[in-house]
Amino acid sequence: MCYPRSHRRDLRPTDEDLSVGTLGRGHPAFVGMQALERERLPMSFAFTLFAAITVAGGLAAVLLKNTVHCALALTVAFAGLALLFLDLDAQFAGFAQILVYIGAVAILVVFAILLTRGSETPKDGVFSKNWFAGLVIAAGVFAVLGWAVLASAYALPGPGGAPTATPTVTVAEIGQALISRYVLPLEIVALLLTAALIGAVIVAMDEKERAR
Amino acid sequence: MFELLDQIFVLLKHSLVGFLPLWMQPVASVLVSVVVIICLFPALFALTTVLERKGLGRIQNRIGPNRTGPFGILQPVADGIKSLTKEDIVPSSADGVVHFLAPIVLVVAVFMGFAVLPMGRNMALVEMDAGLLFFFAMGASTELSVFMAGWSSRNKYSLLGAMRAVAQMISYEVPLLMSSVAVVMITGSLSLGKIVEAQNHYTWGLPHWYIFTPWGLAGFLMYAIAATAETNRSPFDLPEGESELVAGYHTEYSGFKFALFFLGEYLAMFSISGLGTTLFLGGWSAPFEFLSWVPSWIWFFSKLMLSICVFIWLRGTLPRLRQDQLMNFAWKFVLPLTMLNLLVTALWRFLGPGWEQWVYCSAILALAYVAMARVGMRAEHFGPRKYRYAE
Amino acid sequence: MLGEGILKGLAETAKNFAGSFFSADRLTTVEYPEERIAPIEAARVFPILIYDGLDWEAGMRCVACQICEKECPPKCIYIEKSKDKKPDALGKPQFYPAEFDIDISVCMSCQICVEVCPFEAIKMDTVFELSTEDRFESLLLDRRQLARPNRYFQQIHPTDAGVVDARLAADRAKSDAKAKAAADATAAKATAAPAPQPAPAPKPGEGN
Repeated sequence: MCYPRSHRRDLRPTDEDLSVGTLGRGHPAFVGMQALERERLPMSFAFTLFAAITVAGGLAAVLLKNTVHCALALTVAFAGLALLFLDLDAQFAGFAQILVYIGAVAILVVFAILLTRGSETPKDGVFSKNWFAGLVIAAGVFAVLGWAVLASAYALPGPGGAPTATPTVTVAEIGQALISRYVLPLEIVALLLTAALIGAVIVAMDEKERAR
Repeated sequence: MFELLDQIFVLLKHSLVGFLPLWMQPVASVLVSVVVIICLFPALFALTTVLERKGLGRIQNRIGPNRTGPFGILQPVADGIKSLTKEDIVPSSADGVVHFLAPIVLVVAVFMGFAVLPMGRNMALVEMDAGLLFFFAMGASTELSVFMAGWSSRNKYSLLGAMRAVAQMISYEVPLLMSSVAVVMITGSLSLGKIVEAQNHYTWGLPHWYIFTPWGLAGFLMYAIAATAETNRSPFDLPEGESELVAGYHTEYSGFKFALFFLGEYLAMFSISGLGTTLFLGGWSAPFEFLSWVPSWIWFFSKLMLSICVFIWLRGTLPRLRQDQLMNFAWKFVLPLTMLNLLVTALWRFLGPGWEQWVYCSAILALAYVAMARVGMRAEHFGPRKYRYAE
Repeated sequence: MLGEGILKGLAETAKNFAGSFFSADRLTTVEYPEERIAPIEAARVFPILIYDGLDWEAGMRCVACQICEKECPPKCIYIEKSKDKKPDALGKPQFYPAEFDIDISVCMSCQICVEVCPFEAIKMDTVFELSTEDRFESLLLDRRQLARPNRYFQQIHPTDAGVVDARLAADRAKSDAKAKAAADATAAKATAAPAPQPAPAPKPGEGN
């Protein structure tokens, strides 16, 4: 993606595409997978690059010795994910990923490392003794996720057989969906965050004040 | 003729790019705009450093620099040469890679923010639907670079400065976003171009800028406070205060890297002022209808420089806030007022045009300001000192 | 009300900013070295030696009594007394300093040498732009470099000079009157005696 898609007039969604109502099944980001699957394109250069960045960041996050370096490599993995979202034209998801993950979660992870003793280099190296069990579990998780992704891509309905342009999901549509269809998850997440905030305040509060 | 002047940069770019083959044109067009931004804003930064030093000097009953060039305008050249030729000292126990990357991440993240600002009619680099969100995403990345700088220096004072800076930036990020959300609510779009278009109407010759509405004025003031805190400007410059922490998180940086931090801070100031003018001051629209013949980019940059002058004015006036005063102010005053501002904006929209929206919204906001001032900003009465010993 | 102080402060700085273009008390900068503030009369930097008349060597008031050398706290004065004598302002033959060096890199401008000098020979200068290219060698001033005419002293310290000049003139008048009385007495004795005495020689090194 070396230039924003809005410059390409032939890729802009037409009114017909938007009226099909593609907020049907699945996460808005996976709607792009439908188009890719229909067109059976080889993986584009952009996708390969972003995937490489994400995988490299993830690998570095587990293989580096210095924990803060690992946290920064994790930030690179987040950035790679955000670029993948943007490649799929999910603007809101991509920017929210940067804003929330890189802007807040990465900082949180780094603070947590600094305020505990995780910032010291581990003496026995980074590889654990139970690496075989870890490998089995990782393979299992990968298999489940891969099955879920491939199954959902084939199962999504699409209009006719002709490849359609990727419909862009605007922020307004996401907002509408959050308030109408997904209002319960929204409220539960709000409640969870409030509970977390109150918990944080209590944990950080002065001991004598809490005892009062 | 004035429409030509208004669009002159766009037309120049199109004519320049027209020489290239068709498949290269979108890339080239973006590249030309990027190069222009990369050249223009650092030049503006150089001008601003002189302006700031002379302005602060006049406020403090003295002349600013006046030896390098007439009225000191070549001072940034001298400063630039000094920064570039100074020895680049990296502490031996510092984390080399992270130490090197921190100023780069800062400058890159800040430059990205300029991509969505509409600097004139049809003059935004990229017209994104979620432009505002993109801008704030880039702003959030600057916090990471501050932290990287402080941690990689292996200096406890730098780390302390970085922690304070990050805490300050995170605390004030929430009011910044929420005061912008009020604008988004009224406009109905996250795209900055549409926000300016919505303000480009006139009633009886006066513009529909959002700052002239009660919720807009309150939002603008809180946006300004949050923007001053986000860019670590006085009076919120504790993390980099020279008398407090040497130079805070950029203590261990010398020469060009320090110049990059300096550049990053001022560019962040420009981009956040640019966003403020886009959201509240009408972006590139003229203040009066009879003045709309003046090119739009002149209005944008005048408003930007006016915001910079106000920043300099504030710096010369106010003493520095302590860390706890800063945080109290954010969480106990600015944040509740921003949330109330959201409610008032919704009320404004709900009441519809007429006198009711003006009277009720202004009354609620004024009342809330007085109430919050008494409740939230009550002076803390510290009891006898409590000691906490290690167990 | 919250925010009132900020607004008042902003108004004050705005007044400062605007006023600095018009009024002098809002812009107190003196652009040295193009503009200079005149030193006050009691300013003191480093000592100088005063001479009367046009010849610095003959008119120098210093008689090498070495009191200032002994009283100087950091011992920055070095005096070598001459072997012969020369007549001073009052006509009396006095020693004079063959060498009079002040090391101004050591001098602390305490003015004790001025206070103790009985002959009003050493006074404080007000010039401070005395830096040199080498480290210490040029900062050792000899008596030629330290000599200044009385006219200069009157310029830089008018009141002091007035007092000093009045005192010296009074002394001179007294010594003139004494000499005249002595001359009259000898003249009276001479008229009583057979051989007339020649008139006393005119006093050398007179006045300004």
